[in-house]
Amino acid sequence: MTIRSLTETLPEHPFFQGFDPAVIELLAGCARNIHLRPDELVFRTGEPAQHFYLIREGRIALQVPELSGGSSIIDTVEAGDVLGVSWLVPPYRWLFDARATVETRAVSFDAECLRAKCEADPAVGYAVLTRVAHIMHRRLEAARMRMLDVYGVRRA
Amino acid sequence: MTELLEATAQPTPDPPTPDPMVPRVFRVERTRQDTRDTYTLELSPLDGEPLRFAPGQFTMLQAWGIGEVPISISGDPHGSGLLEHTIRNVGNVTRALVHTSRGATVGVRGPFGTGWEVERGAGGDVVFIVGGIGLAPLRPAILHVVRHRDQYGRVVLLYGARTPDDILFAPDLEHWQDDCGIDVAVTVDNAPHSWRGRVGFVTSLIPRAGFDPLRTTAYVCGPEVMMRSSALALRDRGVAADRIRLSMERSMKCGIGLCGHCQLRELFLCVDGPVLGFDRLEPLMSRWEL
Ligand SMILES: Cc1cc2nc3c(=O)[nH]c(=O)nc-3n(C[C@H](O)[C@H](O)[C@H](O)COP(=O)(O)OP(=O)(O)OC[C@H]3O[C@@H](n4cnc5c(N)ncnc54)[C@H](O)[C@@H]3O)c2cc1C
Repeated sequence: MTIRSLTETLPEHPFFQGFDPAVIELLAGCARNIHLRPDELVFRTGEPAQHFYLIREGRIALQVPELSGGSSIIDTVEAGDVLGVSWLVPPYRWLFDARATVETRAVSFDAECLRAKCEADPAVGYAVLTRVAHIMHRRLEAARMRMLDVYGVRRA
Repeated sequence: MTELLEATAQPTPDPPTPDPMVPRVFRVERTRQDTRDTYTLELSPLDGEPLRFAPGQFTMLQAWGIGEVPISISGDPHGSGLLEHTIRNVGNVTRALVHTSRGATVGVRGPFGTGWEVERGAGGDVVFIVGGIGLAPLRPAILHVVRHRDQYGRVVLLYGARTPDDILFAPDLEHWQDDCGIDVAVTVDNAPHSWRGRVGFVTSLIPRAGFDPLRTTAYVCGPEVMMRSSALALRDRGVAADRIRLSMERSMKCGIGLCGHCQLRELFLCVDGPVLGFDRLEPLMSRWEL
């Protein structure tokens, strides 16, 4: 197996498509590859949001703990998706638990490092922010659809 | 081309009964519980004449003394001769139908309505987008494609259900994925911790599904809001509006375009539909007052 550097693999992820290679190289300085086993917890609700993840392979479930015990999965992300926006928005705390449901490979970015690079160069910050806003917009739309409970029985 | 059309031809649907308002009598041969609230009934005609239909057509199904409702045919158009209906128990008539015991009879009028015309997608890629009970009306079209698999390009089935327990025809989904060259992706709106599959709205599967939009025909069935956002997402990917076919399920009574119950502006959905192209439906679907 050939080991490919992050500067080679990052441009293949949809999040970075269309990014200037120099910017990718700059941001790769904040990144490392990670591997998660099935059921491994990535982060927990309320913990400081210290990372941002690009999923390369596998699947991660976002879940909310229930008062009655246990938890419900409210969303999943998989290859080509990103995990986490709380690293970008104060007070930088996770709103959900995240857990790998299968063997998963991802790129983890150090949030403080990423924020510093975004602040130092507004063009970089804007490019990152517009991508994240696009993802948030899509997820908000999907969440609203699910709130409608369209497959439930409509009461007359 | 003629050869292709002949090869994929479907059985010619029966014209509705001589008097389309008079039901034929069918006996319940088998009942199967598919999910918590959904059952499949297999029916045989007392007069011995099997009912031929095109995928996407429906019948008006009658529980004697209770009422009559439109229900799509969910069985194989090339199948055994038994008429299959998959029914979700949501109210008076559907409750009576799903609880009809084996050997008892129901009334059947039809088949009615336009079909999916799935043979028109031959030669290209096919995408089925399904929500909830919508898998029942699409099942005959999927079975047709499975039977003529070599005449289609990539075939993708994107299916959204409410929870893992509401997933319909789970053994079929597995068989289509494992043995029939169909790329099946299932997602649910909510799931317990133990679920290993996807959670999210079905439209989120569209941007990454493997099909060539320029040679794709899409068949979409589910609640109206889900169909509309799926059709828009398909169009965003470049699928032509007239190649996006949707099944519009509005309240229906006569089934033959007389009573006006199912009227959607200039359309009588029981005869002009239920399956129509998004090119015709889009202006009507975005108007809540219609
Ligand atoms: C062309 C066509 C094909 C159909 N195919 C099928 C099918 O294959 N299988 C199937 O189970 N149903 C199908 N339906 C829907 C089915 O006809 C209705 O569920 C049925 O008419 C409800 O009658 P009811 O007397 O049991 O309930 P009602 O007493 O009329 O209604 C009970 C409750 O259910 C709600 N309801 C009614 N219709 C629906 C619906 N479509 N979806 C969700 N909630 C509803 C009502 O708002 C009401 O609150 C189809 C409808 C059409 C128009």
